[in-house]
Order: sequence, then structure tokens, then C-alpha cells
Amino acid sequence: MTLAYHLQIVNLLAALLLLISFAMLSQRRVVALVTLFAWQGAALATSTAIVAWSTDQHHLYYSAALTLLLKVIAMPWYFYRLVRKLNVNRVVEPMINIPTTMLIGIVLVIFAFNLALPISEISGTVTRSTLGIAMAIVLLSFLMMITRTKAIPQVIGFLAMENGLFFAATSATYGMPLVVELGVALDVLVGVFVLGIFIFQIRETFDSLDLKHMEKLREK
Amino acid sequence: MEIFWLLGIPLAGGVFLALWGSRRHAPEINALFSLATLLAAAALTHRIIEDGPMMVGAGWFFIDSFNVFLVALTAFVAFTTALFSRPYMRIEQEHGRLNDKRLRLYHSSYQIFIGAMLLALTTNNMGILWVAMEAATLATVLLVSLYRTPASLEAAWKYFILCGVGIALALFGTILLYFAAEKILGSGGTALLWTHLNGVKAQLEPTVLSLAFVFLLVGYGTKVGLAPLHSWLPDAHAEGPTPVSAVLSGLLLNVALYAVMRSKVLVDGALGTDMAGNLMMGFGLFSVVLAAFMIKRQTDVKRMFAYSSIEHMGLITFAFGMGGAVANFAALLHMTMHSLTKSAIFFAVGHATQKAGTQLMDDIRGLIKTNPTIGWGLMLGTIAILGVPPFGVFASEFLIITTAMHEHPWATPFLLLALGVAFASIFGRVQPMVFGETELPRLPHQPALAPVFLHLGLVLMLGLFIPPYLADWYRQAAELLGG
Repeated sequence: MTLAYHLQIVNLLAALLLLISFAMLSQRRVVALVTLFAWQGAALATSTAIVAWSTDQHHLYYSAALTLLLKVIAMPWYFYRLVRKLNVNRVVEPMINIPTTMLIGIVLVIFAFNLALPISEISGTVTRSTLGIAMAIVLLSFLMMITRTKAIPQVIGFLAMENGLFFAATSATYGMPLVVELGVALDVLVGVFVLGIFIFQIRETFDSLDLKHMEKLREK
Repeated sequence: MEIFWLLGIPLAGGVFLALWGSRRHAPEINALFSLATLLAAAALTHRIIEDGPMMVGAGWFFIDSFNVFLVALTAFVAFTTALFSRPYMRIEQEHGRLNDKRLRLYHSSYQIFIGAMLLALTTNNMGILWVAMEAATLATVLLVSLYRTPASLEAAWKYFILCGVGIALALFGTILLYFAAEKILGSGGTALLWTHLNGVKAQLEPTVLSLAFVFLLVGYGTKVGLAPLHSWLPDAHAEGPTPVSAVLSGLLLNVALYAVMRSKVLVDGALGTDMAGNLMMGFGLFSVVLAAFMIKRQTDVKRMFAYSSIEHMGLITFAFGMGGAVANFAALLHMTMHSLTKSAIFFAVGHATQKAGTQLMDDIRGLIKTNPTIGWGLMLGTIAILGVPPFGVFASEFLIITTAMHEHPWATPFLLLALGVAFASIFGRVQPMVFGETELPRLPHQPALAPVFLHLGLVLMLGLFIPPYLADWYRQAAELLGG
């Protein structure tokens, strides 16, 4: 029954991922948000590695290593640097207050589990029970993107969404083919790079990273 | 072999121009690389016409009559746009809106953008298709914000985030597709190959595929500019440099719709119902109607034509949604016509706004007096896009509407109303811009209007006469899409 034992760890990590998503939703400081994002990446990498080991899917090791390298080391480091350079680590109030956001989050989790139910029934993987959590992470990150008005938190929300999608891929199918995963990782990397340039442009032009200044383009 | 040239040249161009793109002759080099890409596309097209559909590179690339026509169109418009951008960007530089560094970024990203679109069109792997679509978005984000004005930054940010979210949904759709495919094709790289999927599409799990299609449609549909997911499109078109508006409108939207159609073929095979088609018809019709009424309210000329792009993409999506040989034929024809005409309009509009120093339509007057070629280019382009015969847009719109009357009569009043409203508003706006009174100065460089008349000439020719091999080609592609 070793498999069941691994499975329990994977389930534990899945629960941890969900908790981190909620923590991110309620976090007001940018630096703490980056730290949470790094932890989310770490939990994802660990769970992917355990799934790889217990099911003998070797390509998942690469995927786990990629997550570790990009989302636990490179990107948080880059974000820390960005935050320090731009000096934007102030408390930011989200658009909707945090208790309300949490309540909406809970509703989203229930919805996600319902959405995932028919798929996980068909799935043959041992990790199918975590698919609901993966969907919930995607939706919670989406919510985070909507409720934040600052540039960096929005992007962290976007990357957290990507984490959720990777987790979904692992739980439903033991990951996508390696080429695709490499391509996706490359895109994410380039995306963060583009974002870095972009944030400096925004800063130069508006003297702030608050996206509230960017609501001029509307239909009259 | 041609395929490697086709993808390699833009990539090499991107690297080359990133290193040397600020030289004096960078615009010419950019055009040369685009010309080389066009030649490679022509060679590939020739090969497909001779030998029929083929797989290249151990199944990694798949070319059939559907994507080869888009490859040819993409390479062609990319080349003419590069020709147009040569004087356009020089004038912008003299107006002080750009410096050497940004011009280098522009040239390099332009090539990479074209390369990414060609990769998306030719790849056989649904996962790589996603990767290439995302790469195409990323390559254009910094182009939209090239002028670094507050409005352009806002537009670029909106484009980045909205298309990012959209494409993330498409990734989930792709994961679901892989999930269904893996059961039949086994895990590993081949399960996402479109040709493999197409072979077993009847065995794919219908519930999973219908869910996958919803995500793919919403995801890629964001990039097609389908309402209500279109809000990035007018901003990005209006605030970016005009050559970028031309390629976004003329090419990127097509490529995104191509991704939707590849998915639709699979889903139709798995479901055996009209679910995918009905969804597309719904989104398409809504886009047509919404865009037509939004056109009426615009004051910025590029924004107005951006909404017109939403309208036409909606019409094409609607036609693909109806399915069947005739509607698919019409949709493919309309894709071609819209690309050619809309990019020609953007070329003319680009020079017109440079002359007037503004994009506000009320301040652009009397183009025909100071610069008759720009004026005539804009007027003819407008007439063409509004579907006046004998231009080709008329032929494709006529086909779409008559098919709709046959198969879905309830939709025709909406279509006709929307086309009528769009006609009245666009024509009413453009007419004074072309024929009004003015005292505007001339442009410092000779504007590049050859591409405008080349495109319009092609549209006119295709409206009067479609060469038999081209018609065959469309017919084959239309049958392939089935539905």
C-alpha cells in the first residue's frame, strides 16, 4: 500500500496549495505575496515530483524541476528585486474588502469541485481527486486578478493561475507532453521578462504602479 | 524543406534586427526578410498545390489546403506591411514619436511576431499551437506600447492581461483535449498531434470535448475579438503604431480563428451534434451586432476601423458556425478579403493621421485635395470593406447572407441591420474626411501607397473573378472543415 501513502502526501500538498491560494487572496503586502507565490511553486514542484516517482512518469521530473527553477527561484527573486527597486511594498487595499473576497472564494471552490466532478470520474489517474482543487486554484487566482488594482499583484495572480493549470494537468493526465510543457514554460518566462520592461515603462510614465491611473480608455 | 525556411527566416530576422535594427537601413532589411518569408511561403504553397496535403518533420508540421492559404496570406500581408512601415516609421521618427532604440525593438518584434503566427499556422501539435499563439501576443505587447504615451501603455496592459487570461483558458481547453486524447492515443507527444486526433475523433469522450471546446472558444475567441471578450481590441488597435494595427487586424485575428476552427473539426467529430457550431454562431452574431452599434459612437478613426474588424470577424465566425461547404467557402473568402482590405485601410489611415497630426475624425478633412492618393486609397478601401460591389467583400458577404437565409432565417434580419448600420456610420464618417475643406501640410517623406492599391486591386479582382485553382483550393479547405 505504498501508493496510498504517497497519495496522502499529494493530497496534503493539494490542500496546502489551496490554503496558499486563500492566503494570497487575503495578503495586502506585495513582498509577502511574492513569498506566498514562491511557497505555492514549492508545493507544486514537490507534489509533481511525488506523482512522478510513484507513477514512474519520468517526464514529470523535468516538469517539477522546471517549476522549481522558474517559479520558486527565478521569478520570486526577480519580483523581490523589482519591488525593492521600485519601492512599492506598501499596504494595498484591494477593490473589494477581504472578508467579502474570502466568501466569494469559498463559493468559487464549491463551484470548482462541481465542475471537476464529471472529469475526475472519467479520469484514470490516481491523483484525480485533486482535480477539483486545481480548478479552485485557477478560479481563486482569477478572483485575485480581478480584485487587485496594482500591476505586480495582478501578474502574480496570473502566474498563480498558471500554477493551477499545471496542477490540473498533473492531476488529470500526469502532465502534458514534454515539448508542450517546455514551450509553456518558455512563454511564461518571456512573459515575465516583458512584464519587467513594461512595469518600468508604466512607472516612468505614470510615476506609480497603480492601475487606477489607467482607466482613460473607455467607451464614451 | 520549405517549412524550415518559412519559420527560420523570420526568426533569423528577429535576431538580426535585434542586434542591428537601429541602423539606417533597418526598415529596408525588415522588408527584405519579409520578402524572403513570402518567397518561402510561395514555394510551400506551390508544393502543396502540386502534391496535396503533407506532413513534414516527422509529423510535427502539417500543411493542408486550409492552413496553406492562411500561410500565403500571412506572408503576403506581412511583406506589404513591412513596405508600408518603411516610410511610415521614418515619418514618425521625424515627428519625434520614436527613437532608434524603439525602432530596433519594433523591427525585431515584428519579425518574431510574423514567425510566431506562421508557426501557429503550420504546427500539427495543438500544444505548440497554444505556445505560438501566446508568443505572438507577447511579441506584440511591447509594440502596442511603443509610443509610451499613457494611453498606449494602458492599452498594452489591457492587451497583456486580457489576452493572458484568455490564453490561459485556452491552455485549460488544451489540457482537457489531451486528457481525452490520452485515453485513446496513449500518453506522450503524439497524443496532441492534430492529424492523430483527427483520425480518432469519433472515439474521443464527448463530455470532455464539449467542455474543452468551450474553453478553447472563449480562450482563442478573446484573441479573435469576439464580443463580449473584445475590449482589448479597439484600444490596442488605436494606440499602437499603424503597421501594428494592420497586422493585428489583418493577420492575428485570422490565426486565432484558425485555432478555433482546428478545434471545432475535432469536436464536431466527437460530438456528432451542432453544439460547437451553435456556440460560434451565437458569439459571431453578437459580435456583429454589438460592433455595428459601437462603430456609430466612435470619434477616433483607428478605433472605428478596429470595431469594423470585430464586426467582420464576427461575421466570419458566424459563417464557420453555420458550417457546410458553402458557408465555409464564404467564410474563407471573407477572411482573405477582410485581411487585404482592412490592412489597406489601415495603411491609408496611417498616412492620413500622420498628415493631420491626430486620429480624431473631426479634425481630418479634405484628404483628396492635399494628397489625392491617400484620399482615394481611404475612400476605395472604405467602399470595399462596406461590401459595395464589385469588390470581393461583396461576394463573400452575399454568400454568407444567402446561406443564412436558407439555413438560419432568424439570423438574417440581425445581420442585415448590423451591416446597414455599419455602412451608414462608416461612410458618413469617411466621406467628409476625404472630401472636406483643409489646409494641411504635405508629408516629409513620400507615403507608401503602392501596398494600398495592390491590396485593393486584388480585392477588386477577386470580386470579379476567382481563378479556378484558387476556387478549388477554397473548396477543398471548406470540405475539410465540414460541419
